[in-house]
Amino acid sequence: MSYNKLIFRFSWLTPIILLLLSWEILARLNIFPEYLFPSFTKTLLSGYILIRDGVLWINLLASFVRVIAGFLIGSIMGIALGIVMGYKDVVYRTLHPIFSLLMPIPALGWLPLLILWIGVNEALPILLVFICSFFPVLYNTVSGIRSVDKRYVEMARSLGAPFRKAFFDIVIPLALSSVFTGLRLEAGMAWRTIVAAEMIAIPVGIGALMITSQYLMRVDVIMLCLGVLALMTLTSEKLLMLMENKIIKWG
Amino acid sequence: MTEIKLEDVSNKYILKKVNLTIFSKELFMLLGPSGAGKTTLLKAIAGLVNYEGRILFDGESMDNLPPEGRMVGYVPQEFILFPHKTVEDNIAYGLRARRLSSTTILHRVEELLDIFGLRNLRKRYPKDLSEGERQRVAIARALAVQPRVLLLDEPLSNLDPRTSKYIREWLKSIIRRFGITTLWVTHDIGEVEELGDRIGILYNGVLEQVGRLREIISSPKTGNIVELLGLHNIFECEVVEADGPFAEIEFQGIRLLAPYDGGKIKKVLVHPQDIVVSREIMKTVNTFEGVLEEVDEKISYVHLKIRVGEAILVSELPLDAYRLMNLRLREKVFINIRPRAVKLIP
Repeated sequence: MSYNKLIFRFSWLTPIILLLLSWEILARLNIFPEYLFPSFTKTLLSGYILIRDGVLWINLLASFVRVIAGFLIGSIMGIALGIVMGYKDVVYRTLHPIFSLLMPIPALGWLPLLILWIGVNEALPILLVFICSFFPVLYNTVSGIRSVDKRYVEMARSLGAPFRKAFFDIVIPLALSSVFTGLRLEAGMAWRTIVAAEMIAIPVGIGALMITSQYLMRVDVIMLCLGVLALMTLTSEKLLMLMENKIIKWG
Repeated sequence: MTEIKLEDVSNKYILKKVNLTIFSKELFMLLGPSGAGKTTLLKAIAGLVNYEGRILFDGESMDNLPPEGRMVGYVPQEFILFPHKTVEDNIAYGLRARRLSSTTILHRVEELLDIFGLRNLRKRYPKDLSEGERQRVAIARALAVQPRVLLLDEPLSNLDPRTSKYIREWLKSIIRRFGITTLWVTHDIGEVEELGDRIGILYNGVLEQVGRLREIISSPKTGNIVELLGLHNIFECEVVEADGPFAEIEFQGIRLLAPYDGGKIKKVLVHPQDIVVSREIMKTVNTFEGVLEEVDEKISYVHLKIRVGEAILVSELPLDAYRLMNLRLREKVFINIRPRAVKLIP
């Protein structure tokens, strides 16, 4: 790889480095008290200590498991029901009004109700992530299926495929890109929801760590957690994008 | 091979009692302007739209069969290749849908890849193909299942004119090679001229005339057909005097003697080849004096536009004859039209 290409490839790093550098300089100018605005290096050092002591891992793992569990169950059910709704018009017409009503409710809106119904336990954050993944994935699956050009099905049928076969051979694969759009959006949304839930109600997890840090005036830990969240959200979205590109070769 | 028979085929949107028989192995061209119902008729035969009336393949009713049971090879205008399948998977789709053995599928796909020159494109997705390549895949896919009839919806309309002219003959030879009864829909008279055994003209859902192109041109049954075929020398006219098998008709100040068998007449048509041009006056009926206004040279013939009274008549001359006559623009000429060459159209 030539020198120029190398520079071009990593050019996105420059603004980030500049941002971190400004942060470091601004903090070292001592305009703000250190306990409110710690430097980047101080934050990194806290990060190292938190990792060494296992605190970060315990909390991150707790959040991670909840996100994965809620997201998987929500997406699988969303896709499955979406396929049924896309396949059978009568199911679509029956369920669509109900889901249109429920979908706009922010997942966190359910929190007070769920605390009363199921109490504060592991099921609570998982259920919240489930709600925040299920509806959008369902919506994207249904709209993906319904927007597939009907002429593909006509074509498949005239070639000898019964409707059901045409649906699974042609419609579902062509709806995949819309499904993935839903998944990608929701992977980020799941992280946002879990942190909020942990801040309000759950004792372990990245959100809980942030709230505890707030009580202890540990701004460096809060900043570290924000960084970790940014990385996790970005990684989830990138992973799904990678998966999409692997599966949808024709796009 | 299969004979297609349509009996009173109607559709609530456009088709009106279409009756048509397409013979076994025939290449039948269906001509009509856009919106005439051509695609709807194809889709009715393929079982993709609802219709009333009957559609029979070799006397066997198709009316209660779903599209997948009709064994029809349908090539829509936009080809509708499956975007997520490669060329070979598109071609194999119908074979797999019909659960043929994998050796049969492999054998048939290989054969079609060869016939259609697609071998080196087999792993490509439709988005990576040119229009011409897509067309070949679409036709190969339709033929793969060895359908009883082939339905082509304006197969050349997406190609540029030069390619399309070349592809026409090739496609015809493919159809002949497969020996399959084919209904080819087009709005292009050029395709009809070069290809069809018989043609049908569909206008506003009505099948207005069926026959060989020459027959239709020489005696079009309706004004729509004349318009569609781009025929020259067609005028609104009135019958002035009827006398036995002939009548004197008038249009734009010209009085012509024409064969007449009664009934209401709306238009008169004279084919350009039937207008004889001369410098000398001809002492026969239907001779008029005119002025040569314009000359339009084609490859082997010329069209002369001659003003007679208020009308401009187009006469067609072989190029050699025109050169021999050495006519000049604005020159006075005489034209003659045999009474038998005058067509009266209701």
